Amino acid sequence: MIPRLRLRRRGPADVPGAIVSSAENDPPPDPLAAHGLAADGGPWGPPPVIDVRSLMKTYGHGEAAVHALAGPYDPATGERRGVDLTVKRGDFVAVMGSSGSGKSTLMNIIGCLDVPTSGSYRLDGIDVGGLDEHQLSLVRNRKIGFVFQSFNLVPRTPALAQVELPLAYAGVRSADRRQRAVAALTLVGLGDRMDHRPNELSGGQQQRVAVARALVTSPAMLLADEPTGNLDSRSTAEVLGIVDRLNATGRTVVLITHEDEVARHAKRVVRLVDGQITEDVRQAPVDGPPPAMAPVPALPSSTGGDPR
Amino acid sequence: MNPFETLRFAVGGLAANKVRSGLTMLGVLIGVAAVILLLAVGNGSSQAVKDSIEKLGTNSLTVTSGAGFGATGGATTTKPLTVDDARALADTKTNPDVRSVAPEVTTSQTALYQGTSHTVSQVVGTYPAYFEASNSKVVKGDYFSADDVLNSRKVAVIGSTTATDLFGTADPVGKQLVLGGTPFTVVGELATKGGTGFQDPDDVVIAPLPTVQNAFTGFGSLNQILVEATSATATTPAQNEITTTLMGQHGISDPTALDFRVSSQTSLLTTQASTNQTFTVLLGAVAAISLLVGGIGITNIMLVTVTERTREIGIRKAIGAPKGVILGQFLTESTLLSLVGGGLGVAVGLIGSRFTIVGIKPVVIPESVVGALAIAVAIGLFFGSYPANRAASLRPIEALRHE
Ligand SMILES: Nc1ncnc2c1ncn2[C@@H]1O[C@H](COP(=O)(O)OP(=O)(O)OP(=O)(O)O)[C@@H](O)[C@H]1O
Ligand SMILES: [Mg+2]
Repeated sequence: MIPRLRLRRRGPADVPGAIVSSAENDPPPDPLAAHGLAADGGPWGPPPVIDVRSLMKTYGHGEAAVHALAGPYDPATGERRGVDLTVKRGDFVAVMGSSGSGKSTLMNIIGCLDVPTSGSYRLDGIDVGGLDEHQLSLVRNRKIGFVFQSFNLVPRTPALAQVELPLAYAGVRSADRRQRAVAALTLVGLGDRMDHRPNELSGGQQQRVAVARALVTSPAMLLADEPTGNLDSRSTAEVLGIVDRLNATGRTVVLITHEDEVARHAKRVVRLVDGQITEDVRQAPVDGPPPAMAPVPALPSSTGGDPR
Repeated sequence: MNPFETLRFAVGGLAANKVRSGLTMLGVLIGVAAVILLLAVGNGSSQAVKDSIEKLGTNSLTVTSGAGFGATGGATTTKPLTVDDARALADTKTNPDVRSVAPEVTTSQTALYQGTSHTVSQVVGTYPAYFEASNSKVVKGDYFSADDVLNSRKVAVIGSTTATDLFGTADPVGKQLVLGGTPFTVVGELATKGGTGFQDPDDVVIAPLPTVQNAFTGFGSLNQILVEATSATATTPAQNEITTTLMGQHGISDPTALDFRVSSQTSLLTTQASTNQTFTVLLGAVAAISLLVGGIGITNIMLVTVTERTREIGIRKAIGAPKGVILGQFLTESTLLSLVGGGLGVAVGLIGSRFTIVGIKPVVIPESVVGALAIAVAIGLFFGSYPANRAASLRPIEALRHE
């Protein structure tokens, strides 16, 4: 079912120390998280995967300023306090909200693609604001799998090469790379479309290539901005099935959606309105299987936790 | 990312837009080829001048009639040069630095041989000293002698062009040609001088002075007097001696109002060589401009390419491409463009320089090949790095939003 997609590193010199140690924190889910000890980031427990504090994002200046992320008003001062959000390892969070409410803005900051105007963001306990350009590229490459609202495939590049790309940037050997890319594409059901370029694929197929590209490096965190926004119900079910299985193997998933149907797959639903979190509902425990897989575990537990 | 991988990405990037890559390369190709070829042509023509300086002999002086520039008003009457003047110059007591003197009359005549007609541009009547002073060597037959001059014999030494035009491959020595109605016996054929001037120096018939005067020009004035100094360093004293002697001959006391001019062959050729230098510099400038245009082409293409692919750069960065790798890809692309274009340009330039261009045999300057290629690659690197660096420095999301 889920092939071994572990990212093999060339050597320790390749990765800054902080990232090496935390990259080992791939699944299995930390047992301490079950006891709620990790939630407050105590010195004995692993920090939350995502820890966002007083995050603000403002576009433009003065009159024309758009507060894409601002958080609630501080009753004392009347100022906005910024967005706070913590996501524990292994959680499956659905971010909902009307168009323009700041979902993508939040997601881009979490994915290290954009920088906040103010506030802090700790990823696996590392302050992202303190990372330099090169370390950021390593974080994007090794820890995060990002699926864009608008696919964002590299033009004129066949599906296989497309999925190989993150591995190429990670310095994985050519033969290894091919094998893993093939496995990832097979996983998303595109085993027979490897040589197709983006313009030769349907929207749903492009989205699945994007998913394959995001998960080929076995990132600890999968971020998906409306991964099913352009898909029919069958493709939606397929993509969600993949996401569910990934979460069941211990990966943290954050996805944006407009559809309640999709949100039902998540363990936790966060609702955004005008740049602030107005609702935060837990639908299932963090360390359990995702709700859609709850009745019958689809995977033998050994597959997910296999540390090979 | 190893270099091979980067190269593969770059080739992929270039292959994605073949026409554009091809046109850019063409621009560089033309620039580099033009530099090599134009400089080779310029170099070739100055080389030819240098060669002809050596051919002419460096210690000969030419005396011509007429006032020098700027002294036109000075001479009240211009006395023509005569054989008497030449005789006076040949006096080694008054002119110790003069080795030999050859008076010259020049005309143009039609030559006939067995129905073949050829217009000889230069028919020279002179003394045997002419051959040495003008560095004219005979390859077939012999020179005419002083005796031939004294007896006004109808003999001639002909240039190689005249020989082939009239006699084809046959040996002209001993044959008789008819020059302007007068039959001449060919006694020798000169070695090919070759030249770059408007006049072919090998299209010539040289005959004894009195013979030519008798047949064509009459016994009046001479066209010029060719004087050979005893050595290359003696040309300046010889020039002074000639001036003094001729001033006495022509009864001139004011040295600023001469009615003749003494010029050394070398000074004439030096002028020509410096003209050539200007020519080369001009050609070089034209070539440099075309190279610059080629470079601007690369810059433009890289700007367009990078702008067009900013979104792609954003995607690559979002999936973890380090800035260095992206820069490397674009730099490799522009270097490849300029290197391949420049390499082909070198090939075209070298092949082109094997042909004779407007009568000049190009001589390639090795530095121009290396220089042109280096400049092309430097332009590619420099102007490729600027837009690539700009795009690679963007935050992924900025690059992705780029339109
Ligand atoms: N680059 C930008 N410059 C100015 N304003 C921006 C920019 N990006 C986003 N915004 C504004 O920030 C707000 C939040 O945008 P965002 O893309 O996060 O919305 P969203 O919740 O993802 O919406 P959707 O569901 O339509 O994707 C919007 O009002 C948008 O106009
Ligand atoms: Mg959005």
